[in-house]
Amino acid sequence: MASINVGGKDIPLDEEGYLENLNDWTPEVAEVLAKGEDVTLTSEHWEILNFLREYYEEYQIAPAVRVLTKAVGKRLGADKGNSKYLYSLFPYGPGKQACKYGGLPKPTGCV
Amino acid sequence: MSMLHIVNKSPFERVAFESCLAHAKAGDSILMIEDAVVGAVDGSSFSGKVKAAMSDKTVYVLGADLAARGLEGKVMDGIVSVDYAGFVDLTANNDTTQSWL
Amino acid sequence: MSTKNFLFVNRKAPYGTVYALEALEVVLISAAFEQNVSLAFIDDGVYQITKGQNSKETGMKNFSPTFRALGDYDITKLYVSTESLAERGLTVDDLMELTYEDADDDYAEKPSIILVNREEMAAMMAEQEVILSF
Repeated sequence: MASINVGGKDIPLDEEGYLENLNDWTPEVAEVLAKGEDVTLTSEHWEILNFLREYYEEYQIAPAVRVLTKAVGKRLGADKGNSKYLYSLFPYGPGKQACKYGGLPKPTGCV
Repeated sequence: MSMLHIVNKSPFERVAFESCLAHAKAGDSILMIEDAVVGAVDGSSFSGKVKAAMSDKTVYVLGADLAARGLEGKVMDGIVSVDYAGFVDLTANNDTTQSWL
Repeated sequence: MSTKNFLFVNRKAPYGTVYALEALEVVLISAAFEQNVSLAFIDDGVYQITKGQNSKETGMKNFSPTFRALGDYDITKLYVSTESLAERGLTVDDLMELTYEDADDDYAEKPSIILVNREEMAAMMAEQEVILSF
């Protein structure tokens, strides 16, 4: 099984690189997961990651991209609630990639 | 708009069959398969409800499931026995199908 | 892709079997494909949306908060059987408050739960193009 090492601790990942145990997540884990895909997390990335984690905490699901886009727009403004902005931050797909770094499961309905 | 309701649970064990009868509309079809075929037997404590449904709906039973349980000779009058091809025809001839699991 | 009226009929209590959770996942997937999705809660299905669920000690995930996200997915019609509630000694006050924001009405918050009797439930079912049961 794949894993990453963060601060001396081995953290298991599933076959697609998502955390096996959601409780393993820390901000450092997010940084390491992003670095593994040559991404350096900026405050703009973190704004979305934190938003996703709050959404998951409240609703127990990672939202579909359409839902994420709408919700980000409502919370953070229309200049951020659009696919162009979200894809500029997460080119592999805002749902998949941001959920991975955020320590959440792949969004339901994401293929 | 006609609907085919498929039931597969015994009315003596689950409420699915009863719920189906309560929600089916006049002109709809009801097909009993698997364990639900015990609902086709005449003289049971449930047969009155099936007879009432037959006043404005058509009730079918899958013959193979009835035979498997040795109940072929005990079916109440008015219930139509179908084979697997008849099952397919029923799904094709109705606008929608609802399974009462 | 054409849009169809999808109805998901929930008739089983949560946790004891996997039906309720599986249904919810399929509901979210179908909504992601922008279909016109409604839900019905009949028989033990009404237990899926009771408030105050706490599955912690069972080791199972409490997925009831996810029903509150359905409004975000434009799923705004949750039909609940009044007879099923009454048979179980429940009233609408025992259910979670489920709402959606109406985009056509200045995003006013509106209730998603629609209480219907058997006759109304049957009439609503007759208007569906696809019915999936869990």
